[in-house]
Amino acid sequence: MRLLTHLRAWLDERFHWAELIGPLKEKTVPVHKLSHWYFLGGITLFLFMIQVCTGILLLLYYRPGANEAFESVQYIMTRVQFGWLIRSIHSWAANLMIFTAFAHMFSVVFLRAYRKPRELTWLSGMLLLFLAMGFGFSGYLLPWNTLAFFATKVGTEITGQVPLIGHSLMVFLRGGEDVTGATLTRFFGFHVAVLPSLTTLLILVHLALVQYFGMSVPPGVEPRWKGSPSEAREMKFFPNFLLRELMAWYIALGILGALAAILPWELGTKADPFAPAPAGIRPEWYFMFMFQTLKKIPAKVWFVDGEVVGILAFGLAGLLWTLLPFFDQAGRGRGRRFIMGAGVFAVTYILAMTIYGYVAK
Amino acid sequence: MDTLRNNGLSRTLFLLLAILAWAGVADAQTQNSCLDCHGALDPPLQVTEQQFASDIHFQKGLTCANCHGGDPTKADMDAMSKAAGFRGKIERKDAPELCGRCHSDGTFMRKYNPSLRTDQLAQYKTSVHGQLFAKGDTKVAVCIDCHGVHDLRPATDTRSKVNPLNVAQTCSRCHSNAEYMKGYGIPTDQFAKYGTSVHHDAMTVRGDLSAPTCTTCHGNHGAAPPGVSLVQNVCSTCHVFQDEMYEKSSHKAAFQAAGLPGCVVCHGNHGISHPTDAKLGTGSEAVCMQCHSPGDACDQARAKMLADLLRLDDAIKSANQILSVAESSGMEVSEARLGQDQARDSLTKARVTIHSFQTDLVEQDIQAGLKIAAKDLQAGKDALRERDYRRMGLGVSVAAIFIVLLGLRLYIRQIEGGSK
Amino acid sequence: MESQVSLSSPTPRRRVVEYLLGGGLFASIVSFIYPVLRYVIPPPVADLGGDEVVASKVGDLKPNAFKIFRFGTRPALLVMTAEGEYRALSAVCTHLSCTVQYRNDLHQIWCACHNGLYDLNGRNVSGPPPRPLEAFQIHVRGDEIVVSRKREG
Repeated sequence: MRLLTHLRAWLDERFHWAELIGPLKEKTVPVHKLSHWYFLGGITLFLFMIQVCTGILLLLYYRPGANEAFESVQYIMTRVQFGWLIRSIHSWAANLMIFTAFAHMFSVVFLRAYRKPRELTWLSGMLLLFLAMGFGFSGYLLPWNTLAFFATKVGTEITGQVPLIGHSLMVFLRGGEDVTGATLTRFFGFHVAVLPSLTTLLILVHLALVQYFGMSVPPGVEPRWKGSPSEAREMKFFPNFLLRELMAWYIALGILGALAAILPWELGTKADPFAPAPAGIRPEWYFMFMFQTLKKIPAKVWFVDGEVVGILAFGLAGLLWTLLPFFDQAGRGRGRRFIMGAGVFAVTYILAMTIYGYVAK
Repeated sequence: MDTLRNNGLSRTLFLLLAILAWAGVADAQTQNSCLDCHGALDPPLQVTEQQFASDIHFQKGLTCANCHGGDPTKADMDAMSKAAGFRGKIERKDAPELCGRCHSDGTFMRKYNPSLRTDQLAQYKTSVHGQLFAKGDTKVAVCIDCHGVHDLRPATDTRSKVNPLNVAQTCSRCHSNAEYMKGYGIPTDQFAKYGTSVHHDAMTVRGDLSAPTCTTCHGNHGAAPPGVSLVQNVCSTCHVFQDEMYEKSSHKAAFQAAGLPGCVVCHGNHGISHPTDAKLGTGSEAVCMQCHSPGDACDQARAKMLADLLRLDDAIKSANQILSVAESSGMEVSEARLGQDQARDSLTKARVTIHSFQTDLVEQDIQAGLKIAAKDLQAGKDALRERDYRRMGLGVSVAAIFIVLLGLRLYIRQIEGGSK
Repeated sequence: MESQVSLSSPTPRRRVVEYLLGGGLFASIVSFIYPVLRYVIPPPVADLGGDEVVASKVGDLKPNAFKIFRFGTRPALLVMTAEGEYRALSAVCTHLSCTVQYRNDLHQIWCACHNGLYDLNGRNVSGPPPRPLEAFQIHVRGDEIVVSRKREG
């Protein structure tokens, strides 16, 4: 189209546009049996963008504050045109995003894409995963319904069990000793300001690093390609890979729309801080494996409180997992096998404990 | 002084006296030596300190001697001195007068609790228990039978035998005992029947302390059955609307003339079950047909009222059903649910209006309810229509998405010239 | 496999694909934008916030009269006393949840179900009700009588 050519020329005169996007045009994506796993990062990013858009739309009507939050969500669901759609998409996309983030992370582990030189990419990615779970935890409280209220209460209570800093951390999160309207205001601030700014920054870092290092080739394929370069297959990012990515995004959109229309997110009942906790309080599914583990640890392990042991164990596991690349330097066989084993164990454990958490009474 | 200091024996004696004096001063405040012995005896002479400590009379500063006489400051058998007025065991026939000695004395009772009534003895004398008692029957209930004696608690205490929660149990101790009640000519199934009643459920299951128990209808100190002509007065204390309707109805005059006890004819007295629409029917629970003949004007009126009630009940149920379907599809119908509450209120009101035995009045309430139920049904239908509209919209979106996916796939194939 | 540059003059088949893709993209984007556009237009019924309801207009109620209105999911009672003051209370009887009413002869709130009575402050004064009725705050804004829940501390 001539308009586009004119636009390009205009930008080029001022920003050397052609030079800027030159490298992007050359960007390639390796093509092999496991190429499909490359889509997961992009899908997660797409879902995050959906969250930002639907989140901003929800902000037009949502009111934070114990007296108004529930009613404003009810207003969105019942009175605002297509409010039900925006809200349900936001809730479903949140869950899907965390799922794809986990899947993306595990695919990186099993395809060993965290190896040198991509350690910082892994690090930024892990931080993004933690931020995503923070988004989930803070956002869950915002409708101020009974389930959310008590799930937050239990969740922050567990945080309070961390030795030394636990209580201060809990008070910081709750905005006080108990979960109150102050907690809601605080979580709202985290959810719409603090976390988005941190996440945007980290995403830019993450993407820049991915761009800089290019796509990693899985360990099974790499040596073969190094040996006979003619076998190496790749496709251009623009437009080939991007078009495929677009297909994936459209599929995600279709799934989201179907979920929103057929399984709308429920409203629940307004939280009453003075009512007793209803039976069967559970966190969201992505916290379930930790929750179930804590439930199953005996009250005391040696002389230490069982819950503290659990929290410290998960903390340690998270820390070690974040530092994963540093255990697999120079591709030494033992480190690699250990990480593969740990990866399989982690996936199995998370799946099993999540299912257990839902099936158990 | 010199002699005392030097004399060891004198010092010991002095100490002993001091101790005795101190003990004497200490004991004089709650001097109740009776418990020293009676706490260790076996029943029926046993009264322990623990038991007596829960007694309201003891808590107000009274001792055994206030009823039994004697001298509680003396130790051992000296306490039971006839000279000090010791009466020994109080006979049942003397209990009312003994209790009344204080409890009927307004001036005296004012010292302890000015708002307590002081007419219990007078009321008792009017009761069936009191009247039989005056004739010399000592089997009947006297004060201590219901209130207890040495661990007597105020009625507000949930452990008291006369607390509303426990009253029926207390009455049943005699009134359910067929052996004991032989010769009085009244049934002994009241407690059993009451246990099946909706009033009993209200108290024990719902915890509603305002629910009627024996004393609510029969009175407590002046206990007597209301009598055929007064049953309506008793029930109307709470069931005001039913009473108003009944008072103006044809049945009031008819039942009065026939000497029938109003409400009890259809509802029973002790075993008052939760009334259902079956009462208006023709089955085992039907009450109208006990008097009326099938096919007569009243039977027709009955049939009409029943049909009306069932019609509204059905309308409410169908609206509920559609609202549930809408809710489970994710639609928000809280406003219609509120309307359903009002429709149910109309049904309740219609059931009360039955007591006027006028079909047009019942019809009015039914119509009001039907209007609301119809509105809620419509709201449910609208919700389902909205749901279908959403699904259609989804279908359109999904179709568009499919076209895009197809287009993309073809386009990719095209620019890559063959399979990927 | 390297990508091939498409030929400069599109064949009919290519045209079909381009139209399909273009059309599909357009349709799908419209189906996304349309709800968003309707969403941002505010609905006719403004949300006052969950704890506020316009119960009535000034002048609608005469002295010594009452009105039932919806507050949240439950009914509520707006009373204009004989002296001309407004009172707003929950209309759910604390005994068995019947809807109460104002009796202009007794100047008290009465429950028809079991003859329960409350005073104009909501306190249960006689009959079965075990607890008082919840009282609400009233503000008169212009010609609207706005009833709101008492603010949490």
